Amino acid sequence: MTMLDVNGLNVWFGKNRDRVDAVKGASFQVGTGESFGLVGESGSGKSTILRAITGLAPDWSGIITVDGTPITGKKRPRGFFKTVQMVFQDPYASLHPRHSVDQVLGETLHLHGFDDIDGRVAKLLDDVGLGQKFRFRYPHQLSGGQRQRVAIARALAPEPTLLLLDEPTSALDVSVQAEILNLLADLRADRGLTYLMVSHDLSVIGHMCDRLAVMRNGEIVEILDVDALRASNAAHPYSQQLLEASL
Amino acid sequence: MSETQTLRQWLLTETPTSRRHAKLSALYQGWLSFRSNTMAMVGLGILIALILIAFAAPLLAPHDPFSQDLGNRLAPLGTDGHIFGTDSLGRDILSRLIYGARITLYIVALVALIAPVAGLLVGTVSGYVGGWADVVLMRITDIFLAFPRLVLALAFVAALGAGIENAVLAISLTAWPPYARIARAETLTIRSSDYISAIKLQGAGPIRIITKHIWPLCISSLIVRVTLDMAGIILAAAGLGFLGLGAQPPSPEWGAMISEGRRFILDHWWVATVPGLAIFTVSLAFNLLGDGLRDVLDPKAGE
Repeated sequence: MTMLDVNGLNVWFGKNRDRVDAVKGASFQVGTGESFGLVGESGSGKSTILRAITGLAPDWSGIITVDGTPITGKKRPRGFFKTVQMVFQDPYASLHPRHSVDQVLGETLHLHGFDDIDGRVAKLLDDVGLGQKFRFRYPHQLSGGQRQRVAIARALAPEPTLLLLDEPTSALDVSVQAEILNLLADLRADRGLTYLMVSHDLSVIGHMCDRLAVMRNGEIVEILDVDALRASNAAHPYSQQLLEASL
Repeated sequence: MSETQTLRQWLLTETPTSRRHAKLSALYQGWLSFRSNTMAMVGLGILIALILIAFAAPLLAPHDPFSQDLGNRLAPLGTDGHIFGTDSLGRDILSRLIYGARITLYIVALVALIAPVAGLLVGTVSGYVGGWADVVLMRITDIFLAFPRLVLALAFVAALGAGIENAVLAISLTAWPPYARIARAETLTIRSSDYISAIKLQGAGPIRIITKHIWPLCISSLIVRVTLDMAGIILAAAGLGFLGLGAQPPSPEWGAMISEGRRFILDHWWVATVPGLAIFTVSLAFNLLGDGLRDVLDPKAGE
């Protein structure tokens, strides 16, 4: 079963002479329950793919199919966000500074039409390893790792099947990174989630993913599985270069 | 442990137990940081006193503000029964000041309700929607900004007719564009942030995003700006009154009182000076309050 099928995806910003092609002809498939990684240096277009899938990058062409349903244009139907959710890179920027944890999660649940919001907020906080005492805190009262746990709880609130992770640990301390990665691994095992994870860190991808695509200048240069990565068995010279740099 | 101490601990707890508790706790902490600013507390004290005086005017005023006593006109400060003296028609200046507080509050309250709300609406819609809406709304704002404020207010009052309601309307019409500009600038930085993207990914529509996510972040800077502008608004109202286009005689509006006293300013200086001091005090109080509020409400300071 294919959860996400991206075929010939082009994404660009600006018009005419100012046009910048961020992604050129990217194609890959992510199976249901799989964890797929996108690796590349800054500006290689890996985050842009996620933004195109969620509709945050409006100008794109190609075919994107999520759980058998093709998606079109800029707007996504409401139901789309019950299937696909995203965790942003910087937990310091992705939480509203004036909304408490309770408001963030409560509003998300309300928007998706859940009832028993109180109970669900409590359960979400437990699921991401934050106790009830964090429920009425504001973002500035939380550490980076705690904020990212709140952001993960928000993404999990609509009970999605596909989670897009945009460098979820790159803004965090090394010690906290491991905690968040373990949390994400546990959540995937518990809930049978499909992950599409963007990172520039090969060791993170090696720990989290089954297969990965190496990106450079907006193009996917190679798709390989994680065993090949561990054995340093990359075919493309750029992938080899990346592997060597990360050793 | 005494009762008050436990209440204080309940308010300052790190781990609130309910939404109401969390809200009260946040309010109390804001109040604590506001209270530590002495000047702001002075400003707040003056304004509370002004509100009390306005409400209790009939009890406080020693005389009827409209009753004339031509035999006792232009009595100096400290005259028996008239602490601040009397004006050119023998009316007690203190009583007129006390009743004038009502008019001042009325003007301030109405302008503070109309102008920032209009500015917030125009600014956030313009900033969030962008494109043509932005161009049209901002050019209208530019047109209003291009006129000197008092001249525009004069034109409005001249067109609508003199009177306190029209003065309020005219001042509001000239006061909203700066608020729209501030709100738009804030909206432009907020709308591209990750937390707005995040709520879009939960399927939130533009109305919810503007009212629930953008407004709360704009309102604090607008409140501060309003309190700082209040002094200017009181002065503009006084200016219109002074020019005879605001409150009409015999209404005890402070600006109109100065205007009346102008004729005798060399020989009977207190007639114009006392209402001038009242305007000065209230303007200063609003400025001090605005400074204190900025420290409390600035979201960046909270981090």
